[in-house]
This record gives sequence, C-alpha cells and structure tokens, in this order.
Amino acid sequence: MTMTAPLNSPQVSYVRTASAEALPPPTKTSGAAAWIRDNLFSSVGNTLLTLIGIALAYVVLSAIIPFMFTNATFTGANRDACIATANRPVIGACWAYVATYMNYFVYGSYPIDQRWRVDILYAMFVFGATWMLWLDAPKRGLGALFFFVILPVSAFFLLHGLPAIGLETVTTERWGGMLVTFIVAIVGIVVSLPFGILLALGRRSNLPIVKMFCVLFIEFVRGVPLITVLFAANFMLPLFLPPEWNPDRLLRALVAVALFSSAYMAEVVRAGLQALPKGQYEGADAMGLSYWQGMRLIILPQALKATLPNIVNSNVALFKDTTLVSTVGIFDFVTALQASFKNPEWATSVTSTTGLLFAASFYFVCCFGMSKYANFIEKRLAKADKR
Amino acid sequence: MTNMTVGDKPKISPFYDPKVRGLFFQVLMLALVALGVFIAYRNAVEGLRRQGVVSSLGFWDSVAGFPISFKLIPFTELSTYGTAFWVGLINTLFVSAIGIVLATILGFIIGVARLSTNWLVSKLAYWYVQIIRNIPLLIQLILIADILQHLPNTNELKENSLGIYLSNKGLFTPQPDFLGGSQYIFYALLAGLALFIAVYYWAKDRQTKTGQQTPLLPIFLGLVFGLPLVAFFATGMPVQMQYPVKTRFGFQGDATLQLEFVAALVGLVVYTAAFIAEVVRAGIISVSKGQTEAAGALGLSPSQSLKLVIVPQAMRVILPPLTNQYLNLTKNSTLASVIAFPELVQVFTGTVLNQTNQAIPIMGVTMLVYLTISLITSFLMNNFNKRMALRER
Repeated sequence: MTMTAPLNSPQVSYVRTASAEALPPPTKTSGAAAWIRDNLFSSVGNTLLTLIGIALAYVVLSAIIPFMFTNATFTGANRDACIATANRPVIGACWAYVATYMNYFVYGSYPIDQRWRVDILYAMFVFGATWMLWLDAPKRGLGALFFFVILPVSAFFLLHGLPAIGLETVTTERWGGMLVTFIVAIVGIVVSLPFGILLALGRRSNLPIVKMFCVLFIEFVRGVPLITVLFAANFMLPLFLPPEWNPDRLLRALVAVALFSSAYMAEVVRAGLQALPKGQYEGADAMGLSYWQGMRLIILPQALKATLPNIVNSNVALFKDTTLVSTVGIFDFVTALQASFKNPEWATSVTSTTGLLFAASFYFVCCFGMSKYANFIEKRLAKADKR
Repeated sequence: MTNMTVGDKPKISPFYDPKVRGLFFQVLMLALVALGVFIAYRNAVEGLRRQGVVSSLGFWDSVAGFPISFKLIPFTELSTYGTAFWVGLINTLFVSAIGIVLATILGFIIGVARLSTNWLVSKLAYWYVQIIRNIPLLIQLILIADILQHLPNTNELKENSLGIYLSNKGLFTPQPDFLGGSQYIFYALLAGLALFIAVYYWAKDRQTKTGQQTPLLPIFLGLVFGLPLVAFFATGMPVQMQYPVKTRFGFQGDATLQLEFVAALVGLVVYTAAFIAEVVRAGIISVSKGQTEAAGALGLSPSQSLKLVIVPQAMRVILPPLTNQYLNLTKNSTLASVIAFPELVQVFTGTVLNQTNQAIPIMGVTMLVYLTISLITSFLMNNFNKRMALRER
C-alpha cells in the first residue's frame, strides 16, 4: 500500500471522525483486592480450591482454638477447676494442671533442694549452644571444646554428684522429665558427631576390613528400628558386659541412642565428603599432608561446613527420637507426662489431651527452631557460594 | 638417599610403608573386634548359666496363653508362640502396606498443594508439613489414640438406619456375609482385572502405532466394577449385609476397624505424608521450568503436561527418598506398640519376651525381620533405579 486514499473519499469504507470514548481503566493490578483475585480466585478451579481450603482451615481451627484458648482453664488448685458443670458444659484444655506439674515435667523426681544443680546445667547448656550456633561468635573452637568436652563432664558431676566437693549423690533413678530428654539428646549429639565422622571416613577407607566393619555397622543399625536397638541394649548389654559393671537403665538407653545416631550421622557426613571435588583430596596429598592431617585441615572443615544443615536436621530427628526411650522405662518427659495422667487429684476428661498438646507444643518449639536454624545456615552458605 | 638413581624404589622403613601400616591397622582392628565379641560371648554364656536360662528358640512351639485383639490369621490363647510371631509380623506388614498406599496419596496431594499458585492452599500445605514434621511421632500416636478414646461409648450411641457407628471401641459398619454362589463375583472381578490389563497394553500399542488415544477410565470402571456387578445380579444377589446388632454391652462381634488399628494407621499416614510431601515438592521443582513451557508449546494441557512430562522426570528424583520414607514408615510402625496395636514388637519383644525371658533369640529374630525387610526393599529399589536412571551418553 503505497498510495493512500484521501479522507472522505468513497474508497475508504470507514473512518472515525470523532475520538472514541475512553475505555474503563484496567482492573487493579496492585493492592489487596488484586492480590486476593490473583492468588485466590483467578479461575473457577482456583476458587473451588480456596473454598475447600477455607473449609478445611475452619474445621481444624474451630476444633483447636476453642479447646486450647477460649474454653480453657488457666488457674485452679485441683481437678474441680476443669470439670464440666451445669453453667460450664463445654470445657477446654486444663492448663492449670500443666502449671501445677511444670516442675515435675522439667526436673522429674530430682530432689527439690538440689534442683539448682539442674538449673546451672541448663544455663551452661544454653551458653554452650549459643556459642556453637552463633556462626560469628568469637573463639568458636573454644566453644566446641566447651560444648563437646567440658559440658558433658561437668554435667555428669553436677547431676550425679561429687561428695568430695559437697555435692551429694543423686542416682539416675531420680533424674527425670525434660532433664532426661535433654541428656539423651545431648549425649546422642555429642557422641554421634565424632563417631559418625570416624564411621564415614572408615566407610570411604581403602582398607577393606575397616571399610567392611563400618558398612556392616551402619547398614545394620539403619536397617532396624530404634525401638529394637533400645530393647536390645536394655536386655542384652547387661549380659554381654562383665556382671560387676552392671550398667544402669539410663546408661543402656544412652548407649543405644549413641550407637543409633552415630550410624545416621555417618551417612550425613559421608554425603558431605562425597560432595567435595576429588581435587581437594589430591591437593591435600600433594601438600605432603598425612591422611589425618589432610582430613583435619583440608577435607573435614569443608565437608562438615557443606553438610551443616543436614547435621542440624539429623539432630532434630534425634531429638524427636528421644521420646522412644520411654518404651524401655526411662523416666523422660513422655514418661513423666504419662505418670501425671494417673494422679487422681487432676483426673478429668481433658487432662491427658491437655498434657499431650503441651508436649506436642514443647517438641514443636524445639524442633521447629532447630530446623529454621538449619534453613538459615543453608541460605547463608548458598549466599557464600554465589560470590 | 643422595646417590639414588631414577627408577630405583626408594627405601622406606616398613614403619612408614602405607601397605604395611594399612595391614597392621586392619589386623589390629580385627583382633580388637574379635576380642570384644569373645568377651561378650563369654560373659553372656556365664550370665545365662548363672540365671539358669538356656538360650534357644525352643519356646516356639509352646502354648502362648494370651489373646491378641487384632489378628488376620486365626489365633487363640491355645496357639503357640510361633503363631504369635506370625500374627505380629503380618500385622506389621498389613498396617505398613496400607499406610504406604495412603501416605503416598496424601503426600503427593500435599506436595503438589505446596507448589500451588493458590496462596491459601500452599500455606495450608506448608503449615501441615511444618507442624507434623516437628512433633515426634510417638506424641502424635498417643494423642490420636487419646482423642479416639474420647469418642462416645458403644452403649451411649443411638441406633441409626445406616448401621455405621463410630465409638471408642472402633468403627462399626455393616459387614458383608457371603453366601453360596458369591465366588462367581470374585471370579468376575479377577476376569475384569485381567481383561483391563490386556486392554491397557492394546491401547498403549495402538497409541504408539496410530497416535489414537483410547478412553481408558470408562473401560476400567466397566470391567473392574461393572463385571462383578453383573455377576452379583446374575447369581441372584448372594451377598447380604449384616448390620451391627446392639446389645446391652455394646455391639455384637468385632468392630470393622478397631481403635488401635485406626490410631496406628492414621498416625503413620499423617506423619509419613508430611515427609513424602517434601520429597515430592523437591522432585517437582527439580524439573526445569523449560520442560513445562515446552509441554505447553506442544499444546499439552496442564494436566497432560503434569502427567506426561513433569511427573515422569520428577519420579527419578523422587523415587530413592520415597523408598526411604516407605522403609521409615515400616520401621516407625514399631511405635504403634505404645498404643497397644499388636504389631511385631508389641507381640514378640513385648509379651512373648516377658513370658519366656529369651532375650537373645527374640531380639535376634526381630532385628533380622526388619533387616530383611530393609535389605529386600533397597535391593528392589536399586534395581528399579538403574532401569529408571537417565541414560547419559
């Protein structure tokens, strides 16, 4: 079309002479309404999904929130506070019972006048854990020494007692509640890291017999449930050890948890070792470093750093698994909880549900915190790798 | 050292020779392990002798003398300990198998929901995963059992025409009573399944040859449900429903689904589904976005592209950790022993061990069972993985 026809000529079929009316403005693409439309009601299917989601959320929340908060009892001296009466037909959680039992949950049957020892230990643990978890803290090597050596040793003397310096002996039968839960978890974590590293190195070793033992141990422990390892340690350890040693129940459970978590930690560390490029190993050899020097100075710092989020996640799993020691008669938090259900003073229809919800919240706060921390490290490492 | 010629092997003291050192450490390790095993063995023999216990599986054929509430094979108080073992093992496998199927379905739904563009749906899925994964399974199981125990008592329930009752003894429903001639319905079901498999392969062949698709869903429904239905009417309706009969002490007979079984199953499914959801999510986001766009460019609908392009590729990433979750579910089923579901640990290492005091053989057999399950599963999965793996050229 090179030739253009003049306006109003008969060749042009239609030409607008007046300007068109303004179109309505486009529907908002920002703001709350637009966000709701785009994310919740963008199509028929999406609207349906939203409605199903709202219904689900309503069903769950309408069961939980009244029970945990609006209908709940927060104060009271005994079961009468949490029993349905004529003017209070619907009762919710009995938090008064949890408040009464709080000390029992935290310390178990530890002698009341000696509980300050447990408090000191909790403070030491928080201090050590903060030092280890705060990545920019000064002297983290010293922190590791504190957490992995000083803390366990002083914990033993603090809890068990050292008559020489005036700390009376408290036998492990009196330890209980969250104290035991934390002890089992910390022993598992503290033992599993060095043993896991050794097992992982053994599994990648060139020495066939060392490799075979490590593979057999790791695969055997990972192939059986923790409950059976706990039962086996509980029943068989006293048989296999010299009778005069006679390990107490808690020690047997600790051995089982330590063995179990070491096998899992070994696989986590192995994943970190495998992720390192071969050049790092060859570089260490080329520098003339011995096997252990190379591992200590070149390989493990990188491998452990890369796999740190997985180590934390593995510890979350371990912390959840500590609940299983209750099945072999260890007085941990779960056992303390179940013992508290039996007290007639607080026997109501909501006591057990309240206690279990409290336990669920306790574990959730601990584990969710740890896994969020793992996420944080993961992001930080990813940022460091991006440079 | 100074006048060494090229090609000469450097003389090193055997102390620094890696081969000699390696051999030395291995022999040392072997000796230590052997010593440990020997000492443990000697202590065990000595200890058992002192206790007057002869360690053996000789109790296997003795009468057990305890009842088991949930059983898939006949078991009475007159049955043997060996039968109790089988009851426990079958219960473990039964709850695990059903749990795996249901957890896979729920896990896939939640995993896909987490990636949904719908904000509410993805947030709900996110919080489901976070809450369930961060609470120990043991607490969840006890909580579920506790909630179920708060259901109404059987004699508080009003009778209804449907015949379905949810009580603190479990779920009661009408149960089918198969009369003579009902075996034909079963044969019809088998024939329908076989025919459908044949049609499936024929349709697949037809599609590769001609590109024509066959609507398989109606054929499936017709063959697998329609055929038995036809047989049902043709044989004169030989199945009658037995409604639960209410007596003064609750309902007659056993519940369709017992409380402990429901609690164990729900707990295992809910817990494992959260982990499977994460596995599925990781698998789907591992498939690059270009694949979705290419599928769209080829004219595939979103559901087709999910089915034909995304999921087959994601499966490669999903399968190994998914198998791991299946194994975890099977191993976690041992926790159901805490809420009195009679699986292997509850029956065998619990009741039988307490009665016979044979710790070593019983623990040995139990661990061997779980080890066998783990090894068989990993073996099958490794083979399957090799077949599925991307062929890199």
